[in-house]
Amino acid sequence: MSAAGTKHRGSALWLAAMIHRLSGLALAIFLPIHFFVLGLSFHGGAKLDAFLRWSDQPLVKFAEGGLVFLLTIHLLGGLRVLVIENFDWHDGQKRLAMLAATVSAIVCFVFLVRVF
Amino acid sequence: MSVRLYLWQRATAALMVPFVLIHIAVIFYATRQQMTAADILSRTHGSAAWASFYGVFVAAVSIHASIGVRNILTEWSPLADRAAGWCAILLGIVLALLGFHAVISLVLM
Repeated sequence: MSAAGTKHRGSALWLAAMIHRLSGLALAIFLPIHFFVLGLSFHGGAKLDAFLRWSDQPLVKFAEGGLVFLLTIHLLGGLRVLVIENFDWHDGQKRLAMLAATVSAIVCFVFLVRVF
Repeated sequence: MSVRLYLWQRATAALMVPFVLIHIAVIFYATRQQMTAADILSRTHGSAAWASFYGVFVAAVSIHASIGVRNILTEWSPLADRAAGWCAILLGIVLALLGFHAVISLVLM
Protein backbone atom coordinates (compact mmCIF):
# COMPACT_ATOMS: atom_id res chain seq x y z
CA MET A 1 0.00 0.00 0.00
CA SER A 2 1.28 3.49 -0.81
CA ALA A 3 2.45 5.88 1.89
CA ALA A 4 -0.60 8.04 1.17
CA GLY A 5 -2.82 5.01 1.71
CA THR A 6 -1.40 4.25 5.15
CA LYS A 7 -0.75 7.72 6.52
CA HIS A 8 -4.07 7.69 8.43
CA ARG A 9 -2.74 4.82 10.56
CA GLY A 10 -1.91 5.96 14.06
CA SER A 11 -4.31 8.91 13.90
CA ALA A 12 -6.75 9.24 16.81
CA LEU A 13 -9.78 8.13 14.77
CA TRP A 14 -7.92 5.20 13.20
CA LEU A 15 -6.93 4.20 16.73
CA ALA A 16 -10.56 4.53 17.88
CA ALA A 17 -11.72 2.23 15.05
CA MET A 18 -8.94 -0.25 15.85
CA ILE A 19 -9.76 -0.26 19.58
CA HIS A 20 -13.44 -0.80 18.73
CA ARG A 21 -12.58 -3.77 16.54
CA LEU A 22 -10.08 -5.35 18.96
CA SER A 23 -12.35 -4.85 21.99
CA GLY A 24 -15.18 -6.53 20.05
CA LEU A 25 -12.92 -9.44 19.13
CA ALA A 26 -11.78 -9.83 22.76
CA LEU A 27 -15.39 -9.79 23.96
CA ALA A 28 -16.36 -12.40 21.32
CA ILE A 29 -13.56 -14.65 22.65
CA PHE A 30 -14.60 -14.05 26.27
CA LEU A 31 -18.35 -14.59 25.78
CA PRO A 32 -18.35 -18.40 25.39
CA ILE A 33 -16.35 -18.68 28.63
CA HIS A 34 -18.74 -16.27 30.38
CA PHE A 35 -21.80 -18.24 29.22
CA PHE A 36 -20.16 -21.54 30.18
CA VAL A 37 -19.48 -20.31 33.73
CA LEU A 38 -23.05 -19.07 34.17
CA GLY A 39 -24.28 -22.42 32.86
CA LEU A 40 -22.47 -24.13 35.75
CA SER A 41 -25.59 -23.45 37.83
CA PHE A 42 -27.59 -25.90 35.67
CA HIS A 43 -27.30 -28.64 38.32
CA GLY A 44 -27.45 -26.33 41.35
CA GLY A 45 -25.19 -23.65 42.70
CA ALA A 46 -22.24 -25.69 44.01
CA LYS A 47 -20.06 -25.46 40.87
CA LEU A 48 -20.89 -21.80 40.37
CA ASP A 49 -20.04 -21.13 44.02
CA ALA A 50 -16.67 -22.84 43.57
CA PHE A 51 -15.97 -20.60 40.56
CA LEU A 52 -17.06 -17.47 42.45
CA ARG A 53 -14.66 -18.37 45.29
CA TRP A 54 -11.86 -18.96 42.77
CA SER A 55 -12.59 -15.60 41.12
CA ASP A 56 -12.13 -13.80 44.45
CA GLN A 57 -8.41 -13.20 43.91
CA PRO A 58 -6.64 -10.01 42.86
CA LEU A 59 -5.49 -11.13 39.41
CA VAL A 60 -8.98 -12.28 38.44
CA LYS A 61 -10.48 -9.03 39.73
CA PHE A 62 -8.03 -7.07 37.60
CA ALA A 63 -9.03 -9.19 34.60
CA GLU A 64 -12.69 -8.47 35.37
CA GLY A 65 -11.83 -4.77 35.47
CA GLY A 66 -10.27 -5.17 32.03
CA LEU A 67 -13.46 -6.80 30.75
CA VAL A 68 -15.57 -3.95 32.13
CA PHE A 69 -13.22 -1.54 30.32
CA LEU A 70 -13.54 -3.51 27.06
CA LEU A 71 -17.33 -3.65 27.32
CA THR A 72 -17.63 0.07 28.06
CA ILE A 73 -15.24 1.18 25.34
CA HIS A 74 -16.90 -1.13 22.80
CA LEU A 75 -20.30 0.30 23.76
CA LEU A 76 -19.11 3.91 23.44
CA GLY A 77 -17.17 3.17 20.25
CA GLY A 78 -20.28 1.52 18.80
CA LEU A 79 -22.39 4.54 19.74
CA ARG A 80 -19.85 6.73 17.95
CA VAL A 81 -20.18 4.60 14.80
CA LEU A 82 -24.00 4.68 14.96
CA VAL A 83 -24.01 8.47 15.39
CA ILE A 84 -21.52 9.02 12.53
CA GLU A 85 -23.52 6.78 10.19
CA ASN A 86 -27.00 8.03 11.03
CA PHE A 87 -26.64 11.73 11.86
CA ASP A 88 -24.98 14.77 10.35
CA TRP A 89 -21.21 14.95 10.68
CA HIS A 90 -20.02 17.07 13.58
CA ASP A 91 -16.55 18.35 14.26
CA GLY A 92 -14.80 17.15 17.37
CA GLN A 93 -14.78 13.44 16.50
CA LYS A 94 -11.32 13.09 18.03
CA ARG A 95 -12.52 14.68 21.25
CA LEU A 96 -15.49 12.27 21.36
CA ALA A 97 -13.18 9.30 20.83
CA MET A 98 -10.92 10.56 23.61
CA LEU A 99 -13.97 11.07 25.84
CA ALA A 100 -15.06 7.47 25.18
CA ALA A 101 -11.65 6.17 26.28
CA THR A 102 -11.65 8.41 29.36
CA VAL A 103 -15.16 7.38 30.45
CA SER A 104 -14.24 3.70 29.95
CA ALA A 105 -11.10 4.13 32.07
CA ILE A 106 -13.13 5.85 34.81
CA VAL A 107 -15.79 3.09 34.81
CA CYS A 108 -13.01 0.48 35.00
CA PHE A 109 -11.31 2.37 37.85
CA VAL A 110 -14.56 2.70 39.82
CA PHE A 111 -15.19 -1.02 39.30
CA LEU A 112 -11.74 -1.92 40.65
CA VAL A 113 -12.15 0.41 43.65
CA ARG A 114 -15.46 -1.28 44.49
CA VAL A 115 -14.20 -4.88 44.21
CA PHE A 116 -10.96 -4.37 46.15
CA MET B 1 -20.11 -7.07 4.03
CA SER B 2 -23.49 -7.39 2.37
CA VAL B 3 -26.20 -4.82 3.04
CA ARG B 4 -28.25 -7.47 4.84
CA LEU B 5 -25.42 -8.32 7.27
CA TYR B 6 -24.59 -4.62 7.72
CA LEU B 7 -28.19 -3.87 8.70
CA TRP B 8 -28.35 -6.85 11.09
CA GLN B 9 -25.13 -5.78 12.79
CA ARG B 10 -26.18 -2.15 13.18
CA ALA B 11 -29.72 -3.09 14.30
CA THR B 12 -28.43 -5.49 16.97
CA ALA B 13 -25.88 -2.85 18.04
CA ALA B 14 -28.61 -0.23 18.52
CA LEU B 15 -30.84 -2.76 20.29
CA MET B 16 -28.07 -3.73 22.70
CA VAL B 17 -27.21 -0.19 23.88
CA PRO B 18 -29.73 -0.20 26.78
CA PHE B 19 -29.01 -3.89 27.43
CA VAL B 20 -25.28 -3.26 27.88
CA LEU B 21 -25.91 -0.25 30.14
CA ILE B 22 -28.20 -2.33 32.37
CA HIS B 23 -25.73 -5.24 32.27
CA ILE B 24 -22.89 -2.98 33.45
CA ALA B 25 -25.13 -1.79 36.30
CA VAL B 26 -25.86 -5.46 37.17
CA ILE B 27 -22.11 -6.24 37.15
CA PHE B 28 -21.46 -3.37 39.57
CA TYR B 29 -24.34 -4.42 41.82
CA ALA B 30 -23.40 -8.13 41.84
CA THR B 31 -19.71 -7.57 42.52
CA ARG B 32 -20.41 -5.00 45.24
CA GLN B 33 -22.73 -7.39 47.06
CA GLN B 34 -20.14 -10.23 46.84
CA MET B 35 -22.99 -12.58 45.96
CA THR B 36 -22.92 -16.35 46.32
CA ALA B 37 -24.54 -18.64 43.77
CA ALA B 38 -27.55 -18.96 46.09
CA ASP B 39 -27.89 -15.15 46.22
CA ILE B 40 -27.80 -14.94 42.42
CA LEU B 41 -30.21 -17.83 41.84
CA SER B 42 -32.67 -16.53 44.44
CA ARG B 43 -32.94 -13.31 42.40
CA THR B 44 -33.08 -14.88 38.94
CA HIS B 45 -35.00 -18.14 39.48
CA GLY B 46 -38.48 -18.06 37.97
CA SER B 47 -38.11 -14.47 36.81
CA ALA B 48 -39.77 -13.89 33.45
CA ALA B 49 -38.21 -10.42 33.35
CA TRP B 50 -34.62 -11.72 33.64
CA ALA B 51 -35.38 -14.57 31.21
CA SER B 52 -36.73 -12.13 28.62
CA PHE B 53 -33.97 -9.58 29.17
CA TYR B 54 -31.07 -12.00 28.91
CA GLY B 55 -32.81 -14.16 26.28
CA VAL B 56 -33.05 -11.19 23.90
CA PHE B 57 -29.53 -10.08 24.90
CA VAL B 58 -28.07 -13.50 24.04
CA ALA B 59 -29.87 -13.60 20.68
CA ALA B 60 -28.68 -10.09 19.78
CA VAL B 61 -25.08 -10.60 20.89
CA SER B 62 -24.83 -13.95 19.05
CA ILE B 63 -25.84 -12.27 15.79
CA HIS B 64 -23.76 -9.13 16.40
CA ALA B 65 -20.55 -10.93 17.43
CA SER B 66 -20.69 -13.49 14.64
CA ILE B 67 -21.08 -10.80 11.96
CA GLY B 68 -18.25 -8.78 13.54
CA VAL B 69 -15.93 -11.79 13.62
CA ARG B 70 -16.88 -12.56 10.02
CA ASN B 71 -15.76 -9.07 8.99
CA ILE B 72 -12.45 -9.46 10.83
CA LEU B 73 -11.81 -12.88 9.29
CA THR B 74 -12.62 -11.57 5.82
CA GLU B 75 -10.31 -8.56 6.15
CA TRP B 76 -7.45 -9.89 8.30
CA SER B 77 -7.23 -13.64 7.64
CA PRO B 78 -6.42 -15.56 4.48
CA LEU B 79 -9.84 -17.27 4.69
CA ALA B 80 -12.09 -16.93 1.67
CA ASP B 81 -15.38 -15.10 2.11
CA ARG B 82 -17.37 -18.32 2.16
CA ALA B 83 -15.14 -19.99 4.78
CA ALA B 84 -15.26 -16.86 6.95
CA GLY B 85 -19.04 -17.00 6.70
CA TRP B 86 -19.15 -20.61 7.91
CA CYS B 87 -16.81 -19.80 10.82
CA ALA B 88 -19.10 -16.91 11.78
CA ILE B 89 -22.19 -19.13 11.61
CA LEU B 90 -20.47 -21.70 13.82
CA LEU B 91 -19.51 -19.00 16.34
CA GLY B 92 -23.07 -17.66 16.32
CA ILE B 93 -24.50 -21.13 17.00
CA VAL B 94 -22.01 -21.81 19.82
CA LEU B 95 -22.74 -18.43 21.43
CA ALA B 96 -26.50 -18.92 21.16
CA LEU B 97 -26.42 -22.47 22.57
CA LEU B 98 -24.11 -21.57 25.49
CA GLY B 99 -25.97 -18.32 26.10
CA PHE B 100 -29.45 -19.85 26.18
CA HIS B 101 -28.10 -22.68 28.34
CA ALA B 102 -26.82 -20.05 30.78
CA VAL B 103 -30.16 -18.23 30.81
CA ILE B 104 -32.05 -21.50 31.39
CA SER B 105 -29.62 -22.46 34.14
CA LEU B 106 -30.07 -19.15 35.96
CA VAL B 107 -33.80 -18.72 35.50
CA LEU B 108 -35.46 -22.10 35.12
CA MET B 109 -33.31 -24.71 36.88
